Amino acid sequence: MTNDIAGLTKSDVALIIGSDTSEAHPVIAARLKRAAKNGMKLIVIDPKRIKMADYATIYACQRPGTDVAVLNGMMHLIIKNGWEDKEFIAERVEGYEALKAEVEKYTPEYVEKISGIPAKTLEEIAELYGKAPTAALYYAMGITQHTTGVDNVKSTANLQMLCGNMGKVGGGVNPLRGQSNVQGACDMGGLPVVYTAYQQVTNAEVKEKYEKFWGCSLNANNGLPMTVAIDKAYEGEMKAFYVMGENPMMSDPDLHHAEEAFKKLEFLVVEDIFMTETAKLAHVILPASTWPEKQGTFTNTERKVQLLEKAVEPPGEAKDDWEIHQLLANKMGQQWAYTCSQEIFEEMTKCTPSYAGMSYERLRNGYGLHWPCPTPEHPGTPVLHVGRFTKGKGTMFAIPFKEPAEMPDAEYPIYLTTGRILQHFHTATMTRKSPGLCNLAGPSVMVSVEDAETMGIGNSAKVRVTTRRGSIVTNAFVTKRIPKGTAYVPFHFAEAPANMLTNNALDPVAKIPEYKVCACKLEKA
Amino acid sequence: MLVTINGKQYEAEAGQTILQVAKKHGLYIPSLCYHQKVGVAGKCRACVVEVEGMRGLQTSCSVVVRDGMNVSTRSEKALQAQKLVVDLLLSSGKHDCLSCAQNGKCELQDAAYYLGIERPTLVFSDLEPHGDESSEFIKVDHNKCISCGRCVAACQKTVTNDVLDFGYRGANTEIVFDDGKLMGKSTCVQCGECVQICPVGALTEKKVAGQARYWETEKVKSVCPYCGVGCTMEIHVDRKLNKIVRVNGDENSPVNEGMLCVKGRFGYDFVDHSDRLTSPMIRNDDGSFRKASWDEALDLVATKLNDIKVKHGTDKIMGLASAKVTNEENYTFQKFMRTVIGTNNIDHCARL
Repeated sequence: MTNDIAGLTKSDVALIIGSDTSEAHPVIAARLKRAAKNGMKLIVIDPKRIKMADYATIYACQRPGTDVAVLNGMMHLIIKNGWEDKEFIAERVEGYEALKAEVEKYTPEYVEKISGIPAKTLEEIAELYGKAPTAALYYAMGITQHTTGVDNVKSTANLQMLCGNMGKVGGGVNPLRGQSNVQGACDMGGLPVVYTAYQQVTNAEVKEKYEKFWGCSLNANNGLPMTVAIDKAYEGEMKAFYVMGENPMMSDPDLHHAEEAFKKLEFLVVEDIFMTETAKLAHVILPASTWPEKQGTFTNTERKVQLLEKAVEPPGEAKDDWEIHQLLANKMGQQWAYTCSQEIFEEMTKCTPSYAGMSYERLRNGYGLHWPCPTPEHPGTPVLHVGRFTKGKGTMFAIPFKEPAEMPDAEYPIYLTTGRILQHFHTATMTRKSPGLCNLAGPSVMVSVEDAETMGIGNSAKVRVTTRRGSIVTNAFVTKRIPKGTAYVPFHFAEAPANMLTNNALDPVAKIPEYKVCACKLEKA
Repeated sequence: MLVTINGKQYEAEAGQTILQVAKKHGLYIPSLCYHQKVGVAGKCRACVVEVEGMRGLQTSCSVVVRDGMNVSTRSEKALQAQKLVVDLLLSSGKHDCLSCAQNGKCELQDAAYYLGIERPTLVFSDLEPHGDESSEFIKVDHNKCISCGRCVAACQKTVTNDVLDFGYRGANTEIVFDDGKLMGKSTCVQCGECVQICPVGALTEKKVAGQARYWETEKVKSVCPYCGVGCTMEIHVDRKLNKIVRVNGDENSPVNEGMLCVKGRFGYDFVDHSDRLTSPMIRNDDGSFRKASWDEALDLVATKLNDIKVKHGTDKIMGLASAKVTNEENYTFQKFMRTVIGTNNIDHCARL
């Protein structure tokens, strides 16, 4: 998020697009619902009539995968009516003319044809949003998990720059991140192209800095993203995977393909807390401690670094992950000598400019710090881009709408989209160990009333969902919240895995798979 | 400004209520319906005090202080009224503490203790059990409910789930879920905000029954392991059993203001689950696993990774970091892959 959570009640208008907020980020949803009750206008755009729509001033049902068209359509109307922030555009933005030329053709009628959102509704949305003194935009994987994921994200930034909603309290582009430390894993250089704090591995100066800091020579080439590495493993090109606390055998697209890929590896080591679907394929399994069993820090969706204290002892011989890395490094000739997580944090802050001013002491004496926090005196940065973008001027991109990689056709006539439900988390390795959470929610496919009638089925009937990649049988959840011609499968459940069905077509830049759209057929099973 | 309470002067800020000033300075006044989060309700009348120059007793939760105000929280009249209110509340239900999960944190118990009430004056022996255990995680005991309204306000104004409300009339008034459904059949999402804010034992966590009591647990600050919001929490630990007894949201956190969701509050069973991996394991030739020592397992990993490095090159090895472990551990992981293996093949499931 460019903005902080505490500030999210300060908006005049909030737009949620591609986030089932009350299911996936319930506490942020609570704050947004509260703000809506207290007068903030809420706009919800989503193929599913999500719970947040009940609190919205305007809800629009879009066809899956049409975000660029919808956002371009909003910008078309905002420019046409002169609601754009002219001063902000003149002073802080480049690329406006190209954007303006691109969105010219996205009339409400044209956008209606693509997205299914009535022209009149789009006009209402654009007016409410365009005229708002301050408006915030929230999204989650509904924006990113597309072959046009990068285009979608850039379009959200275009809209916020066009309306001058950047760098101020109550505004911002606010992606809601889905895992406790997904932000931190990125910040720490858990990515193939960057060291900590997004310092490029191909930048010679950066490489030299790290070589000096770590006292060794480093690889100058970008590494592979996981989705590409799995394809290469399938082709027999990759030889070994070391997997820590992840379950790609549930979370990856097209699981048949992923399983073949893992089975071709010469060596697979998995460091985890349970015998996951991935661990079952490993040659060596290393038992790790988990969340309340260790001290350390997480960085949340608003870039706030917070401290976790150790509450209980890990079971048996399980060890903290850092300790395992140290033991292994030392077996391979290193002389690592960390005695606690605090020492690691201190080392990390020395090579990570945005964390440089943080310490356990500061984190403990308050409620964490937002990065960037470059010096020990710096209070942290709840709102990014105030007065100036980090890179100077903000760049607007002219982005044409592109269809998803796979569209419904005669054979597979239904849109399939996937996501989360409130009671479970990710591949459910953790939540399915809770009998209570399991009793509350199990595998299902949400289908529309119309499609259920066509199939002649009611609630809880068995339904077969089939795509070009695979097929699952699960229980129907017939609901008015899903429009005709769309089906929704949560991806948490190994016995009805959504990712047997999903398309492994990737965004060309971010290499993110298109989990939010593919074509399926539904049959009574 | 200065305010006199029970003959002693205290610093106060404009806009504060008598109760807020008293609390700030560590002075106890019985109060049951007020909570900082949901604000003034002025319902229970347990917090009545005498204020010089004001007619009758005043509810300290709702009266804003003035400079020079002279308040008596322990005058005979005030104490008598406080005692009557608490006595009647105790009489109106079945406030048995012996096996109550709230014992030690019950605000009605605190008030009775402060006022020296051993037993209620009126005892209705014919009160039928009136509870609702239909919900997965939360137990309702209407006989312990004092109709303070905190849970209703929290459900509607704090977490904004709009499930809880008051139903029925007069003496029959009670909290209801939706239009009077059983909690488990209602639209309740079991975030547990009502449990955390309930001053008595009317709404309690099913999982804590019979476990270590409030004063026996150590409270450890932590951050929720699930989504990326980063709700801060207080883990209540039974040290003797090395076990989590309950998890509460941190009321002072700017991130979640005490709120949690059903996973964050109740979904910690995985921690001490019998399926946890407790020793390193090595795959046998027939595909089964055998237990191994750390030394043996790590020797094997080191040898294999070294062999592959030499035979095929460093970029034939891929490391998956994790969005579920700490920053420190992601740092050591990428440092291991980059400095020991010699590759930038590091990723995690940020996209998935």
